[in-house]
Amino acid sequence: MKKTLENTPNLQIVQAEVVDISVGAAIGRPHVEGVITASGTFYPCNAVIIATGTYLNARCIWGEVSVNSGPSGLLASTKLRNSLEKLGIAMYRFKTGTPARIHASGVDFSQMVEQKGDENIVPFSFENTTEVIVREQISCYLTHTNEDTHDIIRANIHRSPMYSGEIDGTGTRYCPSIEDKVVRFSEKTSHQVFIEPEGENTGELYISGMSTSLPEDVQIAMYRSVKGLENTHIMRFGYAIEYDCIDATQLDATLEFKAISGLYSAGQFNGSSGYEEAAAQGLIAGINAAAKLLDKPPLIIDRSEAYIGVMIDDLVTKSTKEPYRMMTSRAEYRLLLRQDNADLRLTPRSRGYLIDDERYQRLLHKQSLIDGEVKRVRKLTIAPSNATNELLRKHSSTEIEYGFKMADLIKRPELSYEILEKLDENRPNLPKDVAEQVNISLKYEGYIAKQMFQVEQFKKLEKRLLSSDIDYNDVGNLRTEARQKLAAIRPANIGQASRISGVSPADISNLLVYLEKRKHS
Amino acid sequence: MYKLAKFNIDDTIVGISSPTGGSIAIVRISGSDAIPILSKIFSHKGEYESHRIYYGWIFENAQKIDEVLVSVMLAPRTFTRQDVVEINCHGGTVAVQKILALVLVNGARLAEAGEFTKRAFLAGRIDLSQAEAVMDIIGAKSELSHKSALSQLSGNLSILMDNCANDLLNALARIEMAIDYPDHEEAEIVASDVRDVLCSILKQVDKLLATASGGKLIREGIKTAIIGQPNVGKSSLLNAMLGQERAIVTHIAGTTRDVLRETIQLGDIFLIIADTAGIRETDDIVEKEGVVRSAKEAEEADLVLLVLDGSQPLDEDFVVQQSFKNLIVVINKSDLPQQALVDGIDAPMVRISAQNGDGIDELTAKIKEVFAINNLQYSQEIVTNVRHINLLNAAKEYLNAAVSAINTGMFIDLVAIDIQDAYAAIGEITGVVVDEELIDRIFSEFCLGK
Repeated sequence: MKKTLENTPNLQIVQAEVVDISVGAAIGRPHVEGVITASGTFYPCNAVIIATGTYLNARCIWGEVSVNSGPSGLLASTKLRNSLEKLGIAMYRFKTGTPARIHASGVDFSQMVEQKGDENIVPFSFENTTEVIVREQISCYLTHTNEDTHDIIRANIHRSPMYSGEIDGTGTRYCPSIEDKVVRFSEKTSHQVFIEPEGENTGELYISGMSTSLPEDVQIAMYRSVKGLENTHIMRFGYAIEYDCIDATQLDATLEFKAISGLYSAGQFNGSSGYEEAAAQGLIAGINAAAKLLDKPPLIIDRSEAYIGVMIDDLVTKSTKEPYRMMTSRAEYRLLLRQDNADLRLTPRSRGYLIDDERYQRLLHKQSLIDGEVKRVRKLTIAPSNATNELLRKHSSTEIEYGFKMADLIKRPELSYEILEKLDENRPNLPKDVAEQVNISLKYEGYIAKQMFQVEQFKKLEKRLLSSDIDYNDVGNLRTEARQKLAAIRPANIGQASRISGVSPADISNLLVYLEKRKHS
Repeated sequence: MYKLAKFNIDDTIVGISSPTGGSIAIVRISGSDAIPILSKIFSHKGEYESHRIYYGWIFENAQKIDEVLVSVMLAPRTFTRQDVVEINCHGGTVAVQKILALVLVNGARLAEAGEFTKRAFLAGRIDLSQAEAVMDIIGAKSELSHKSALSQLSGNLSILMDNCANDLLNALARIEMAIDYPDHEEAEIVASDVRDVLCSILKQVDKLLATASGGKLIREGIKTAIIGQPNVGKSSLLNAMLGQERAIVTHIAGTTRDVLRETIQLGDIFLIIADTAGIRETDDIVEKEGVVRSAKEAEEADLVLLVLDGSQPLDEDFVVQQSFKNLIVVINKSDLPQQALVDGIDAPMVRISAQNGDGIDELTAKIKEVFAINNLQYSQEIVTNVRHINLLNAAKEYLNAAVSAINTGMFIDLVAIDIQDAYAAIGEITGVVVDEELIDRIFSEFCLGK
């Protein structure tokens, strides 16, 4: 990655601690003018993306030890907060944690269940095909905590900074520390633990599922009580980390601060948790910061287009009071937001920002292959021949007595486009990913159509824009809480307004009425 | 001379808010000019206090028009959250029309149908289902219908629907738990639990929908045709029913055809009898064309009363020809010696004497039996509103789709799509789910209101 960055044209890399963001307000909305580093150097610029991760005023805590430091002993950023507060940015304090790293040499893998990597490697980028990735897969291993582990934790819980009151940052409920799990789910006698290699060229292992901030002596006893880890050697101890972040409702959906033009932020600084969450925001903030400088329209992905859209809408609409995790259930239109169709969904959206024409043409080609094949299959009728019924029998599917549409056979749960290949003499030879899309779009077409309809309904509210100059005091009959929330968050449209907690359907009706009246006056 | 009736919530509007034909009529004014307009035409001089009744005279220039009581309610504690004035005047067209015209001349415009209710809704004074209930009360013809609308206004339907919506939300939450934490939730157990929830909601929806057809008849009245050969006593039956309980009789010229209709109250139900003129005509003069005409009415009716003369031998050929749904055979002239052999007739039957009124109660009971209206009780929730019925039908369809998807072993995540749709349909009844067209629809529904 470093190599890629260093070789990216027009990209100059400077590493230094930014301590101040310079904002000018000569005309109109305050706007970014540059940044000042710890050494006092001023870098003029028109756009800044803050991505401080867990480093802003970071403090690592384990047991009775507390160190003002970023993760893994790296320096924390300590001065930027003052600058941000001076700009009127409201700050929160969140916490997260990490487990210990251990050395592979002391681990008895024979006591654990091997977890192999995926047999079919699905590349992250649609630009790569499965065949391109040929590399040895390194296994992970599954083991479990037990009553001994839990006894050790319970006996020492008073020494945990979370319980002694040493930490006041808010942690996420979704990936709790092992001591949290033991206290909160006291009825469970065992929790899953995944042993994951840190990399190809190191013996360091990550103990997934057992993040902790207990004192070092307790950590040793606790980890060693787990099956297979009896002789483990800890290389780095687990710790909890507290850091500064913001209430992301101060941002709009481009991740730009509503109050300061040109100032963007992404990642844990915005109150999220997790690598993918951070990366996705970095992508959107980066695209929009660049788009602004290039005078291009902003790129806003909505909830029906991608999980990115769901996450960013949640972050900038709902005040998150704990680190935000991208859970599957947060998305309303999950059936459409599949990983297998991410390229079909999003490549067209990144046209004009990230991808070149060639890549776009490739996508169009793929889409036309899918559409063409779906169309062909729809017309196809399968005769009730012996061969047909033999195949159906083989897959425990009801035999047919008269001509049957291929598309309808594909819909049967026990059958698929692939299985029925033998009955389809004229089937073209298609790439695997195209065949997969053909199968999915035929198999689930009923549900896909239903969900598309839901999306249409959703878009209607998204299209009712709320201009930024609305004075919510003028909107009749809003409840006070709704009025305050709407004025603070300034939603971009009725849809976003309806998702603000504290804004009721009745408030939305009144907003709609207000818009109608405004239109007529 | 009057302002055009174009929608504007800030206009001051006026309407007659009492049914026509009563001995007292109410002229209601709502809007910021309500008090200034009243001051110009009412004898009371000086300030008005809110929620007080004033006695006096309505004047046109110096001339007394009517002696009235005026209720003054100042914003915001009013139905529309605007200043509201209600002039209680003497019924009868002349006085009411005169007062209405006076108010119009002085700056108000005529309220559109349901516009007061619309304002109350827009003012956040009532929610969607309550607003609809008010419309239903205005349009209610029978007592049962009125009570059903009142019960809806107090929010009973909302409560019932809210409970269903909550159950669906919980089911969705269970499914989402299973998606996010596959280790914690067994998909099959979730599916079977969710199916139980869905089935129980389906039962409630079905129960409500079962009241819909009866509900509609209760609300709008039962379109009834009285048929029979000349001189069997059709018009006497009509008169006998009219005499019952000193019924309210209204004369409304039909909208689509120029026939006369009468609404007759029988106990707590209403019959709308079409072509009453025709019935009388065919009884008075023996005319074939009249019989044909009434047969046509019968085909379009909810209920057909076939009147036979029990004192005469039965014309079997004629009876056999009368195949209508919801047919009740009314054997008249039970006070005379009976000659008709009616054992072979396969239809609900009642013997009456239109002459002395015997058997009318039995006829009422029989009608209720035919429409299963007996089962509808005041206390029970009855759906009468077309929008509600449509949404309930939609919800039923989604719920059934979800249940059958679970039965065929479909992924629980896909089933969630149907449940979301069911939730949206039920939520739209109470307004918990915002529909973008909500405002437009309400506006159009209210404007077209009866």
